[in-house]
Amino acid sequence: MFILEWLNDQLLKMTWLSDLIKLLVENVFGLDITKQLGGSIHFFLYDTIKIFILLSVLIFIISYIQSFFPPERTRKILGHYKGIWANLLGALLGTITPFCSCSSIPLFIGFTNAGLPIGVTFSFLISSPLVDLASVLLLASIFNWKIAIAYVVVGVVLAVTAGTIISKLKMEKYVEPFVFSNKVLDVEQADLTVKDRAGFSLEQVLGIVKKVWLYVLIGVGIGAAIHNWIPRDIISAILGADKWYSVLLATFAGIPMYADIFGTLPIAEALVGKGVGLGTVLSFMMAVTALSLPSIIMLKKVVKSRLLFTFVGIVTLGILIIGYAFNIFGSFLM
Amino acid sequence: MIIKILGSGCKNCAALTENTREALKSLNIDAEIVKITDYAEMAAFGVMSTPALVIDDKVVSAGKVLKAKEIAQIIEKAKLTD
Repeated sequence: MFILEWLNDQLLKMTWLSDLIKLLVENVFGLDITKQLGGSIHFFLYDTIKIFILLSVLIFIISYIQSFFPPERTRKILGHYKGIWANLLGALLGTITPFCSCSSIPLFIGFTNAGLPIGVTFSFLISSPLVDLASVLLLASIFNWKIAIAYVVVGVVLAVTAGTIISKLKMEKYVEPFVFSNKVLDVEQADLTVKDRAGFSLEQVLGIVKKVWLYVLIGVGIGAAIHNWIPRDIISAILGADKWYSVLLATFAGIPMYADIFGTLPIAEALVGKGVGLGTVLSFMMAVTALSLPSIIMLKKVVKSRLLFTFVGIVTLGILIIGYAFNIFGSFLM
Repeated sequence: MIIKILGSGCKNCAALTENTREALKSLNIDAEIVKITDYAEMAAFGVMSTPALVIDDKVVSAGKVLKAKEIAQIIEKAKLTD
């Protein structure tokens, strides 16, 4: 057990980096890290570097795994299963299948065309942005493994439940007709060599870093401000774990926001440090990723309003329940 | 030769379009590039990941932002099979 903890500390928490930055801030900048300025700079440098290192390594590894699961293959695999197992598999595959959120609509159309029940497609669509392997590992780095695993479990359960409800409500008739009337394209799966996969993974790393670096800096900046400048009382008053409305506030604040999940993690870390409930913070992260306004707008083009509202409603409810549950039971996981 | 780029307008589709233009220039081919952003039209091709590259109504790539050199190779291959 000790060696696991050591690995966790060195690789994910990077305590060595924290110590290094501490030396830098104290000896080179001459600041006291227990005071505000020194503390913020330490937080900012340490968190930024840590996130970028982890991001690069994790995305590389995960992209490599993802190269084995292009959407076409996922669709084929899902076609063999029925009922709740299909939903479960859809949710699990959603976590590892690569796609940029702009592909979510073509993917929806492609899955539906191939005959997959829309509930399964929705399970996939919900778990994909929500339970992103890289961010789960980052969660483990910021908090701990128990929380990371709990997050994955509830994310998958939410995806499966929402998808199953949508199936049971027989909402196929609310999908725009044009989605059903097209051919299914099976692009030949070229056999990828190790070099191909490594090249693809490297491209993913560079592409994603280029896309999110600003969000990460902003997120760490806000996190640093919260960490060192905003008094605990103010935050506690608005978002404290004991405030019944904190989860609602966090969830509804997150829905219209579009930020990369990597940017929200340092904010989550800082808020929890100031007494905000774990559930409140997780709700915020889930709302930002699973229910972003841009993706809802896109979804509106392929499903009718009633199905759209059902989808948003179920996922929002799920996020609220998860938020409250983690606030109540979260202390057992910390 | 009509080249269609399927994508809803995110950065990747813009990048693919740019690279395609470069590829055409390098081959000295004057072809029409059409951007398809309507989902109904995209669905007709059956692609599941964007951006996608379509040459003369045949899907040659989906889900990747190909580099200009790769696109040039694909275009040349397409011309041979004409």
